[in-house]
Amino acid sequence: MSENLLSIEDLDVEFRSSSSTVKAVNGVNLTLKKKETLGIVGESGSGKSVTATALMQLIPSPPGKISNGKILFNGIDLLTLSKKEMRSIRGNEIAMIFQDPMTSLNPVFTVGNQIIEAIRQHKKISKKEARLEAIAMLKTVGIPEPEKRIDMYPHEFSGGMRQRAMIAIALSCNPKLLIADEPTTALDVTVQAQILELMKDLQQTNDTAIIMITHDLGVVWEMCDNIIVMYAGTTVESGSVETIFKNPLHPYTWGLLESQITTDVQHNEKLPAIPGSPPDLRKPVLGCPFVDRCPYSEEVCHTKKPEYIEVEPGHFAACHFQHETSRLEKKEGMFVD
Amino acid sequence: MTETIIKATNLKKHFPILDPMPFKKSTQSVKAVDGVSFDVFKGETLGIVGESGCGKSTLARLINQLISPTSGSVEFKGKDLASLGIKEIRSARKSIQMVFQNPDASLDPRKTIESLIAEPLVIHKIGTKESRRKRVHELLEIVGLSSYHASRYPHEFSGGQKQRINIARALTLNPDVIICDEPVSALDVSVQAQVINLLKSLQKEFNLTYIFISHDLNVVRYMCDRIAVMYLGKVVETGTFQEIYEDPKHPYTKALLSAIPKENPFEQRERIILKGDVPSPVNPPTGCHFHKRCPFVMDICKNTRPELQELNEGNKVSCHLY
Repeated sequence: MSENLLSIEDLDVEFRSSSSTVKAVNGVNLTLKKKETLGIVGESGSGKSVTATALMQLIPSPPGKISNGKILFNGIDLLTLSKKEMRSIRGNEIAMIFQDPMTSLNPVFTVGNQIIEAIRQHKKISKKEARLEAIAMLKTVGIPEPEKRIDMYPHEFSGGMRQRAMIAIALSCNPKLLIADEPTTALDVTVQAQILELMKDLQQTNDTAIIMITHDLGVVWEMCDNIIVMYAGTTVESGSVETIFKNPLHPYTWGLLESQITTDVQHNEKLPAIPGSPPDLRKPVLGCPFVDRCPYSEEVCHTKKPEYIEVEPGHFAACHFQHETSRLEKKEGMFVD
Repeated sequence: MTETIIKATNLKKHFPILDPMPFKKSTQSVKAVDGVSFDVFKGETLGIVGESGCGKSTLARLINQLISPTSGSVEFKGKDLASLGIKEIRSARKSIQMVFQNPDASLDPRKTIESLIAEPLVIHKIGTKESRRKRVHELLEIVGLSSYHASRYPHEFSGGQKQRINIARALTLNPDVIICDEPVSALDVSVQAQVINLLKSLQKEFNLTYIFISHDLNVVRYMCDRIAVMYLGKVVETGTFQEIYEDPKHPYTKALLSAIPKENPFEQRERIILKGDVPSPVNPPTGCHFHKRCPFVMDICKNTRPELQELNEGNKVSCHLY
């Protein structure tokens, strides 16, 4: 558990259009150790998925462009690799599963066909062997009667089974890192529980590291060791799940944690909510991106971008008021209007 | 909380599966809603929960007669809606409005917010142009937007704002009942809380009755007074939110609740993981619909369908265990 499997430093991704440039990711930093599960949380448009696709180098270019930063995977900067070299890493070492299993499977090919394709892409084996391997994969991900199911089309599968098939494709080459982009958002709670359980099991047996992108903090508490909170394209806070839950530092994290509906909220209580909506990323952000929605904001927040500093070992935050001497204190009821 | 405003009795909706052969009568049907009865009382929020495909949304559309039931009746304030003519149903719909899941798809992108919110008034020929405009501005203020938003188009708004516009439109005709079909599922957590707060305060202000459909069990617990749990077109359990969440009776309710993700990283939860998927509503299993996935299955479950029986006042469950 010593060395980092992956580290991302100061990643910037921008998308250009004729009239403006959107800085979708603006200074993301993260590290991931072997076998670790890292959760990336944030609202839609906060740059979670763009970070993941940048990591896989699947950003459509143009209009997208990785304008700055380093992505070190096993010590190699992925941004310096050629397309061919990247292809051998993608799928083989880093695999990805997406939110919507229906749109990521091709409806005109059988499920088996698509798993075999992935296997044969990376291993020099015959079709027959690949088919046997695909059946074994379907069995590991818990699909009943895999010999029969392998010749079925995606539309004959239910949502949960499709996501299982996606996991089978992703894990078919034993990747070291699995990126799961909202893998359970489109699924029912009961099926979500099944899929999360499956991912945990497979992680145990294969020693895979997982990056879990989600907006559901419940999933993070369930699955992850560490967590990164993103807002408007930047990382605002990161640390172990225990620290972030017990001792969150950034006002956005406070708002995010408070606006979760838990069983403690009484019927007559008002839910805490973060007022307003995220900033327009087409306009350059001068100060802290959260300033317009932050109930604690002061003069400096409008003009200066806060640095992402290590407040305590392993716990980073980007807020102006996190000096050792004067730390921002959380007040009750700040997010209830 | 005593006046019954909506009463559904043995409501059924079977969608026939069309045979590719012409002139042949279809023999199979999707039993989307298969015998559902419930009461909704004035001023309360009734939650309907269940997995996708269990018939929640079909039920919503049956209530305000957007589709007509195969059998059974829906009574609104004592009048059976199915027996009414189309004109009378239209006027009844003034009092039963709907808010849909996808805030994007439910707003016409070519219309301004003003014409979207005023549309119900135009349809029902209420007021003059001036008075309609006044009402639109009033409604925008009510849902937390400003009157200068009236001339804009839907694409200029965020998801949360669009849902506010949908809510404003549902309020236009001063309805008694609003059916909310997954109103916050498409929204982010922080925005979700804003919209839920809005729905709650509107309910108090205008004495609204909500039928709240959702698969997010935490949202339902917070919003609803009573809850009906559906499985494969049938209600398997009803009760107050305390009864359902603190003392769930039906094994399906138990499994559903145990599948809610943890509230904090330290929580240890006893989890019932259901095997397999929801069976097809074309050929539901014999006996209890749930028996193939039920951890407490007995012999009787395989053949005899359990009836919805009352355990306590209002707390009903359909299971052979009770």
